[in-house]
Amino acid sequence: MSGGVDSSVAAALLLEQGHDVVGVTLKLWGGASDSGCCSVADVEDARRVAQQLGIDHWVFRFTDDFDDWVVAPYAAAHAAGRTPNPCLECNRHLKFGRLLRRADQLGFDAVATGHHARVVAAGARFHLWRGADRAKDQSYVLHMLGQAELDRCRFPVGELTKDEVRARARVLGLRTADKPDSQDVCFVTATGGRTTFLGSRIGLHPGRVVDTDGTEIGRVDAVELVTVGQRRGLGAGGGEKRYALSVDTGSATVVAGSLADLHTRTVDLVDLTWVDGRPDASDAVVVQSSAHGSPVEATLEGSTVRFAEPQRRVAPGQSVVLYRAAEVLGGGTAA
Amino acid sequence: MTVYLDHAATTPMRPEAVEAMVALLSERFGNPSGSHAVAREANKSLEEARDIVAACLGARPGEVVFTGGGTEADNLAILGVHALRPGAVVCTAIEHHAVLHACAAVDGRVAPVLPSGVVDLDRLADLLGPDVTVVSVMLANNEVGTVEPLDDVARLVRERAPRAVLHTDAVQAFPWLDVASLAATADLVAVSAHKFGGPKGVGALVVRDGVKVAPIIHGGGQERDRRSGTHNVAGIAAMAAAMQATVADREATVARVAPLRDRLADGLLAAVPDSAETGDRATKVAGNCHLSFAGVESEALLVLLDGDGICASAGSACTSGALEPSHVLTAMGLPRRRALGSLRLSLGTTTSAADVDAALAAVPAAVARLREGEGG
Repeated sequence: MSGGVDSSVAAALLLEQGHDVVGVTLKLWGGASDSGCCSVADVEDARRVAQQLGIDHWVFRFTDDFDDWVVAPYAAAHAAGRTPNPCLECNRHLKFGRLLRRADQLGFDAVATGHHARVVAAGARFHLWRGADRAKDQSYVLHMLGQAELDRCRFPVGELTKDEVRARARVLGLRTADKPDSQDVCFVTATGGRTTFLGSRIGLHPGRVVDTDGTEIGRVDAVELVTVGQRRGLGAGGGEKRYALSVDTGSATVVAGSLADLHTRTVDLVDLTWVDGRPDASDAVVVQSSAHGSPVEATLEGSTVRFAEPQRRVAPGQSVVLYRAAEVLGGGTAA
Repeated sequence: MTVYLDHAATTPMRPEAVEAMVALLSERFGNPSGSHAVAREANKSLEEARDIVAACLGARPGEVVFTGGGTEADNLAILGVHALRPGAVVCTAIEHHAVLHACAAVDGRVAPVLPSGVVDLDRLADLLGPDVTVVSVMLANNEVGTVEPLDDVARLVRERAPRAVLHTDAVQAFPWLDVASLAATADLVAVSAHKFGGPKGVGALVVRDGVKVAPIIHGGGQERDRRSGTHNVAGIAAMAAAMQATVADREATVARVAPLRDRLADGLLAAVPDSAETGDRATKVAGNCHLSFAGVESEALLVLLDGDGICASAGSACTSGALEPSHVLTAMGLPRRRALGSLRLSLGTTTSAADVDAALAAVPAAVARLREGEGG
C-alpha cells in the first residue's frame, strides 16, 4: 500500500472477496523525495486506509535492497549512457522479489498490489494481461513476472478503470480517493530533477555532439543525461531536426542525425524473460518500448525484434515488451 | 490475548493517575494562572503536584519545570542553556533522539560508548574543555537498558569543563532507579510521565537553582518564564500521582520484575541457538531484556510475534513507522548481522509470570520459523 488510491482500493476489493488481508507499505528510499511512495505523509495515508478497512498495517524497510537493486543500477546505467527503467527493477527485485519472499516467510499466500494489470489463470498456467483501463495500464513494468510470481500475485484493480477505482474509494470514504497519481521516478525530486540526483551520485560531464560524419555540431552540459531519440538540447540550431542516435559516455560524445537516421528495423534484446514460454518465431507480436509508448507490429528472431515498419530506435537500457493483442508474452532490455 | 512487553515505549496508566486526571478534567477545570476561585482550585492542584514531583526527583519545588513530555524537557535543557551560554555541547552516542538531535542542532560533539553500552569515560574526557557549556548523559538507555555512571561523569565535567552544566535524560531510569539520589549530581534532569504510569504529553525538567535556561516556547511566561502555555493541570496531577505510586512501589517492583526478566532472558538464550544478550545485565535496569538472533530480521520477527499477541519492539521506530537501524547498537559496535535481528522485550509493573511464559513459548518458535524460511 503506497498510500495511493489504487492500492487502497486493491486492499478493499480483496477484503470484499473474503481474503485475510494485511497492509504493507515499503519504505524504500531514505533520501530526499517529494514525489515518491516513501514519504511520511504517504505512509500515514496508507496506514489510515488500513485502519478504515480494519486491517493490520506494517511498514517494511527495504532501503538497502532498494539502493542495491534499483538506485545504484540506475546511476550506473546513466553513467554508461544508457536509459534505465527503475520502476521495473523495483517491481522485479523489491515488490515481487524481496516482499514476496517476506510474505512467504510470514505465511501469506500472495502479494497484491494496485497495479493496473490482470492475471488470468488458464488451467495450471497463468497469463498476464493489460489492465482494463488502457490509459492506466501498467503491464509494461510487470512483464518480467514468470509463472512462479504470477501464481502468488494479485492485481485487484486491473479489471477497473481509474475512474471506477476513484469512485470505489469515494464510496468507502478513503482519504486517498482524490489523491493525484504519482509521477516520475520516486527517488528523484521534482525540484532537483535528474541533474541534481545524478550529479551528486555519478558526476555529470559535458560532451560533444557530432554529426554522423564526425563534424561537431554542438555541445551538451551532461552527456549522461542524453537519451537516444532525444531531440531537445543537442545544440544543433537551425536546419534539419537532429536526434541523438547514440551516446558514448567514455568519449563524452553524442552522435546526432536526422529522423531517417534514427529509424531502424530492429532492436537487439538481452535478459529476455517470458511469462509462459517463448513465442514462436513466426508469431506476429506487438512490441512496446516505453512505459507509455504505442505498441507496434513486429516479430522476434533469436534475441532480435524485427519491426514490420521502421521505428525510432530504442534507447539502450529501455525495456521492450512483447504482447499478443492485450496479453503480455515477455520482454527484455534493449542492448 | 495481548501480552504487552513494550513498557519502554509506553506504560498503561496507573489507576491513581487516572483518578487524579479525571477529577481535574471535570469539576476542577480552572486555569491555574487566574485569580478567582475556580483558578485558585486549579492552582492548588498544580502546586500540590509540583511538591510531589520535586520530592520524587530530589529537587525543590521551584526547580521543577513542567513540560509537554520528555522530548521537550531534553530540548529545553540543551537548547535553553545553550541559548544563554553558547558553547560546545557534548552528549553520548546512545542518547535518545530528543537529546541526540537537539545536540546536533547546535553542532554538538558525540562521545562514544564501550561495547557494554556504558559511556567511554576516557573518550568523554577528551571531548570536555573550558568551551563546553552543556554535557548530556542519560541515566538509563531506552533500547538496551544500560545504566550510565552519572557520578563519574559529573566528576569529569567538574574537572575538565568547569563552565558546563550536566543534564541527564532520566526518562527510562525513573520506573526502576532512585533518580533523586542517582541524579543528584546533575544540574538538569528530564522525566516523562507515560513511562511510569502517567499520561502521554506531560513531562518535567528539574532546573537546579542557579542554573538558567532560556525558554524554547514563548508566550504568557508560565513556569517562571521557562515554559509558556496554559498548564496541562490534569496531566501534571496525574504525573504526580503516578510518580508517587512509582516511588512507593519501586523497590518491590524491581524485586518482582528483575527475576521475571532474568527468567525471560535466560530462557530465550537457552532455547534459541545463536542468540545473544545485548549489554551487561549487571548494569541494566530491571525491566529490560534485549536480545539478538543471528540470521533473523527484526521486522519479520515482530510481525510473527504480533500474530501471537505479543507486543515487542526492535530499535526505534521512525515517524513513518519503519524500523530504523539502531544508532545505539551501532554505537556499541554490535555486528550488523546481530543488530538486524534484535528484539527488545521490556517489562513493567503490570507484567506477569504468564506474560513471560507466553514470550518464552512464542519467541523461539518464531525465530525457528524465520530461520527455516531462510533456507527455503
